[in-house]
Amino acid sequence: MADLSLTGISKAYGDVDILKDINLEIRAGELIVFVGPSGCGKSTLLRMIAGLERISGGDLVIDGQRVNDMPPAQRGIAMVFQSYALYPHMTVRQNMEFALKIAKKSREEIDKAVENAARILQLTPYLDRLPKVLSGGQRQRVAIGRAIVRDPKVYLFDEPLSNLDAALRVATRIEIAQLKEAMPDRTMIYVTHDQVEAMTLASRIVVLADKGIAQVGSPLELYERPENEFVAQFIGSPQMNLLAGEVVTAGPQTTVKLVDGGTAVSHVPTTAADIGLRVNIGVRPEDLVLSTGAGLFTGTVEIVEALGEVTLLYFGEEMGAPHMIAKLPGIHADLRRQRVTLTADPAKVHLFAGGRSLLYR
Amino acid sequence: MEQLSYAAGTIVTGVFGCVAWFWGSNLILDWIWPSRGAHAGTNILRANMVRPWLFIGPAILFLAVYLVYPVFDSIWRSLHDAGGRAWVGLDNYRWLAGDAKFRESILNNLLWLLVVPAAATFFGLLAAQVTDRIRWGNIAKSFIFMPMAISFVGAGVIWKFVYDYRGEGQEQIGLLNAIWTAFGHPPETWLTIPFGNNFFLMAVLIWIQTGFAMVILSAALRGIPEETIEAAILDGANPWQLFFRIKVPQIWGTIAVVWTTITITVLKIFDIVFVMTNGQWGTQVLANLMYDWMFRGAPDYGRGSAIALVIMALVTPIMVWNIRNARREMMG
Repeated sequence: MADLSLTGISKAYGDVDILKDINLEIRAGELIVFVGPSGCGKSTLLRMIAGLERISGGDLVIDGQRVNDMPPAQRGIAMVFQSYALYPHMTVRQNMEFALKIAKKSREEIDKAVENAARILQLTPYLDRLPKVLSGGQRQRVAIGRAIVRDPKVYLFDEPLSNLDAALRVATRIEIAQLKEAMPDRTMIYVTHDQVEAMTLASRIVVLADKGIAQVGSPLELYERPENEFVAQFIGSPQMNLLAGEVVTAGPQTTVKLVDGGTAVSHVPTTAADIGLRVNIGVRPEDLVLSTGAGLFTGTVEIVEALGEVTLLYFGEEMGAPHMIAKLPGIHADLRRQRVTLTADPAKVHLFAGGRSLLYR
Repeated sequence: MEQLSYAAGTIVTGVFGCVAWFWGSNLILDWIWPSRGAHAGTNILRANMVRPWLFIGPAILFLAVYLVYPVFDSIWRSLHDAGGRAWVGLDNYRWLAGDAKFRESILNNLLWLLVVPAAATFFGLLAAQVTDRIRWGNIAKSFIFMPMAISFVGAGVIWKFVYDYRGEGQEQIGLLNAIWTAFGHPPETWLTIPFGNNFFLMAVLIWIQTGFAMVILSAALRGIPEETIEAAILDGANPWQLFFRIKVPQIWGTIAVVWTTITITVLKIFDIVFVMTNGQWGTQVLANLMYDWMFRGAPDYGRGSAIALVIMALVTPIMVWNIRNARREMMG
């Protein structure tokens, strides 16, 4: 049971800023996921919470106590590493009990904790084996077991599934979700670059970009109401289409005349002052539908990817990236080289000006 | 001048000879089985069967002449009398078993064996760990490694000066006596103090081998995955526990290789004792004893060879173990 509070946290190596002014309140029992592109500082932020990196500025408070200068072991945290970081010379049991032995716990207490963790993680038959004879998934479970036996207030996961193969990743992801379920009052912070992990596990997601927080919110909040173009394009796959245009009519509904020639209607409200404003409309590929009449986009389908359950249509290419992607349910293999018009439900059309969503102003 | 040109001539001949051999023999091979024409395929296969032997042939030949043959010759000599003529059976070994000086040598070798590898490995590990942490660690490392570049004879001479003795009242040029007398003690002849003098000799080898141990162990320490160390820090290990319970166990293999490598050097120890005490005052060791019998005064090839074989019998098992261990290390 622990609340975490990050106030104005920053990290710099010499003159190079890695993170600037991070403010975040984490409530006890939450599973917070840090996502972001490579090098956005998400692992660094986690390591600062763990105490493996010095905090350059700001305050880190766990349960009302400032812990900036507290040694890692006393912060009541446990961490699961991407590479498992098992002690190769120790058996599974020795790996799990190491922290308790260091803390000089009694033999009975240690045995109880280890056996309990082993039972939860189905590691009991492997307790006396060395890590090198275990499979990747088993090793990761030992790493998680090493955290469980310490019964920490806060669990930190640093890309724990990245070294596993695809099938095992799904299985272990579900195990972590079940683990969280079984420990509703424990706080977990989870770093990943995989948005599926983020969407499925998180109670709230923190999207990090450009040295700071781009948005914090529940997975569906980020999906449905992204605050900025970065989050809009980072969450969801294929990423959201952005089309440039100009506001022509304002009100509870906004009409945008697009540079490509189409017209888009959005439920994002605007005022008369916004008329003439240059905006980008954002519309997710899965929200686009074929239209027989007018639409927001008309173009020739260059590539068709029929995946069975859905079909991806790629339109026009600029600088290697498709100009527009649509994701239609079902099979539409016959649309290649066809000229089609696409439209979208006004409720699903986002508006961005200067990179920021017009919903949040 | 004559010696210089002689040495230069030898080097040139050697290098040129090697080049001529490898180049010429391969040329001849390609002439016998050319990689052209109707039988190019079979010719290349045949030539490739022979080619490795052209490269390792000289090494095998020289090993046989300078290593394998001497071993058998030594066995033969150890079973003959001083001049190598009359068969004496195991008499030389029987004599060895009863000889006081041989027993002293065995005991001293054992003492060297216990102290030097342990001390050199320990100091090497310490130096590796400490120099990794500090900014001027690399300079410190170079200094600690430097004695490795000095020959054992040179090191013996240098340390003889350290232990040098001048009569009381005279200026002490020996470092140890200079410090000793500065504290108000009378000067000592360190190398003649029974039993203790062994350790003064060992100090020289430890001084040399610490650098070797440090370099190898430093590389091993850096090879430890950083995450296991971070995990241990999160688990609450203090620096002491981190070192002895997480780092050292992960480099046991390397420590064993370093230890045994130094052990082999120690078993063969000769130069330092030869230069500094020549085995007097209770410092005799096997290799120097062998030298004494083999080449000094009236040489006794029988007894000398018997001692040589004892040294070989002691070194071989450690060597085999060492090579196996090193191989396992290399394969990870």
